[in-house]
Amino acid sequence: MSEILIRNGRVIDPQSGLDEITSLLVRDGLIAEVGSSTENAESVIDASNRIVAPGLVDTHVQLREPGFEEDETIESGSAAALAGGFTSIACLPNTDPPIDTPAGVEFVRQKAARACQANVHVLGCISKNREGEELAEIGTLVESGAVAFSDAPAPLASTDLMRRALQYCLMFDKPIFSHAEVPELSQEGIMHEGVTSLVLGLSGMPADAEDVMTSRDLRLAESTGGRLHLMNVSSRDSVEQVKRAKGRAARVTAGICAAHFSMTDQSLRSFDSNYKVNPPLRDQQHLESCIAGLVDGTIDVIASGHAPRATEKKMRELDLAPYGMVQLETTLSLVIMNLITPGHLDWPAALAKLTSNPASVLGIPKGTLAVGADADIVIIDPHAEWTLSADDLVSRSKNTPLDGSTMLGRAETVLVGGEVRFGAQL
Amino acid sequence: MNTVAADTEPLAPPPIPSWWNRRHLLDTESLSAEEITVILDTAEQFKQITEQGRQKLSILSGQVVANMFFEDSTRTRTSFGLAANRLGADLVQFASASSSLSKGETLIDTAKTIEAMHVDVMVVRHRTPGTPHLLSENVDCALINAGDGPHEHPTQGLLDLLTIRQQRGSLEGLTVALVGDINHSRTARSNIWALKKLGAHVIVCGPSTLVSPHWESLGVEVSYDFDEIVPRCDVLNLLRIQFERQYTRPFPSVREYALLYAMNKERMKRARPDILIMAPGPINRGVEITPDVADGPHSVILHQVSNGIAVRMAVLWLIAGSPAAGQQADQESE
Repeated sequence: MSEILIRNGRVIDPQSGLDEITSLLVRDGLIAEVGSSTENAESVIDASNRIVAPGLVDTHVQLREPGFEEDETIESGSAAALAGGFTSIACLPNTDPPIDTPAGVEFVRQKAARACQANVHVLGCISKNREGEELAEIGTLVESGAVAFSDAPAPLASTDLMRRALQYCLMFDKPIFSHAEVPELSQEGIMHEGVTSLVLGLSGMPADAEDVMTSRDLRLAESTGGRLHLMNVSSRDSVEQVKRAKGRAARVTAGICAAHFSMTDQSLRSFDSNYKVNPPLRDQQHLESCIAGLVDGTIDVIASGHAPRATEKKMRELDLAPYGMVQLETTLSLVIMNLITPGHLDWPAALAKLTSNPASVLGIPKGTLAVGADADIVIIDPHAEWTLSADDLVSRSKNTPLDGSTMLGRAETVLVGGEVRFGAQL
Repeated sequence: MNTVAADTEPLAPPPIPSWWNRRHLLDTESLSAEEITVILDTAEQFKQITEQGRQKLSILSGQVVANMFFEDSTRTRTSFGLAANRLGADLVQFASASSSLSKGETLIDTAKTIEAMHVDVMVVRHRTPGTPHLLSENVDCALINAGDGPHEHPTQGLLDLLTIRQQRGSLEGLTVALVGDINHSRTARSNIWALKKLGAHVIVCGPSTLVSPHWESLGVEVSYDFDEIVPRCDVLNLLRIQFERQYTRPFPSVREYALLYAMNKERMKRARPDILIMAPGPINRGVEITPDVADGPHSVILHQVSNGIAVRMAVLWLIAGSPAAGQQADQESE
């Protein structure tokens, strides 16, 4: 019988509303007691001046294996997740081959189990070979453990297929994760279309490309009754649309990637391809609307949007460089610096969007400190100031524009299933 | 020896101001009015020296200029080549089709390889905005942007300003209209920033699919009505319609474009008597400009071409001839 006592920390469990300085007892991999007065636990972690929260849950991670191991592997990505405080991550099916068969799902789950880092959940393809034409064997994928379905980071261009997918997933009560984008409007652009793209002469992706698709997806979710999760909302109008749809009780949730409440299109003035992401970094007004959406609850989930790409792919001309930014190890700091410190969200509200809400979207029993739950726990030092060095990232890829930046707050110790897998050695 | 007088006197190169510290010319957006004026003044001096009969100087002898054009160009490439020759620099012509780029080498590796052959200045043209910027961060030599996609073409903007200044004495208070595909034009951008810094009023005019209303917020007047602006303009700069740069055709037909935006005889009648007609070329005769206007008395299109060489000589000299350039290179090698 192994016991770990985490004492004197500010324990926050958004699901139960708990927020107090107390102790937490972990026994045999599970949460055993909150507010424990035990004095003689086997191991003790002192969490004074620390926040103790459920391990963070990420709905939006690219792990790149199989097929693109030069960018990331299941092992390196799930280790990077732990370094960022995430104990459960959901990986996108944009691998080669894409994850559209039970063998693909099982491969990822086995590799993740062997890596023994963060828990890895699998998003299966909506369409066979992620080609956007016919449905993948969604029922079989559910059997083998896929938790939700998506063709992301590609949009599902076919309206007919999206409608069918929402209908079909009703049988399994699984959500469709949509990357909302009209491809012929975004034209593989480099950045957000606006004043800055005009000055720089860089091809723009208008907010219309996101908003028109958001509108279609919301409409189809409502008419079919299907579950829709908009993975990466980034524009003012999309936030407004989600808000209205929620008012009509549509089964819709919305997520945002850390970059979209932290950076604007002005960043591209550096011509640094690490700022090239999709959806693109938008302007200050869009960013403020996204923050307002986080504050009023329209946006339920904060995700990393982790998209690792090897240096040699990113060190190209801007049109040839792929989209993406590594974010697993910086998301928590960006939340603290850009949402908590300025007072937009308090700790319990921010943590809800990083724990219980994403767990609920994924339908997994995580993101909670309830007695009897898996002891997936993160201990956060909210005041730690540190300098990010891309070379020191656990992720195999270094495509962050934050290299050299001063960051605030970080995951100090991370437990998965009651076992310390990152930080303090007991 | 019966050489002309100018040839027998030792030639004093145009002075480089002590405050000049620019290593690269990537855009006009970041240039100050003082820097622009120095470039134009220097170009003017080179032009006079050339017109006095001195076709060739040796003030950049020993320096190597590499023309690196990753996109087709005849005029600009030739103009930079002539400018380098007239300053006495050695010129390397790099052709991307015959290079390692076609063997899969990355652009940065190609640039580093060429730099390792002791190149002092790279003149870069590329289809993608920001590529000269990317290269300038990865090589130690000086870099001149000769056009990066729709972003900037600073020497084109500067030679257009020089042409106007020669005709009008000053840019201050002039109304200059750029007409055509503004959104996709590097020439437009380089003109706009430089013209505004020297006090001109800038109008951008063209079909609404090619002239974003966002230009207003950048301090530029936006017009979709060419006939309305013609009588107000001191200068009309008629940009080439770049059919190759657009995904979907932004206007229904060339005929309709010409009807709405071509500078022709009828519109000339309503223009100011001293109007200057410019075009960065190559021109589509009959599309943005009719032949009678292009070849008419108000046209300064050929002045633009000869000013192009003078401006490029000035930029090469200021960048490669300044003591600051040498000092910086020394520091970097330490």
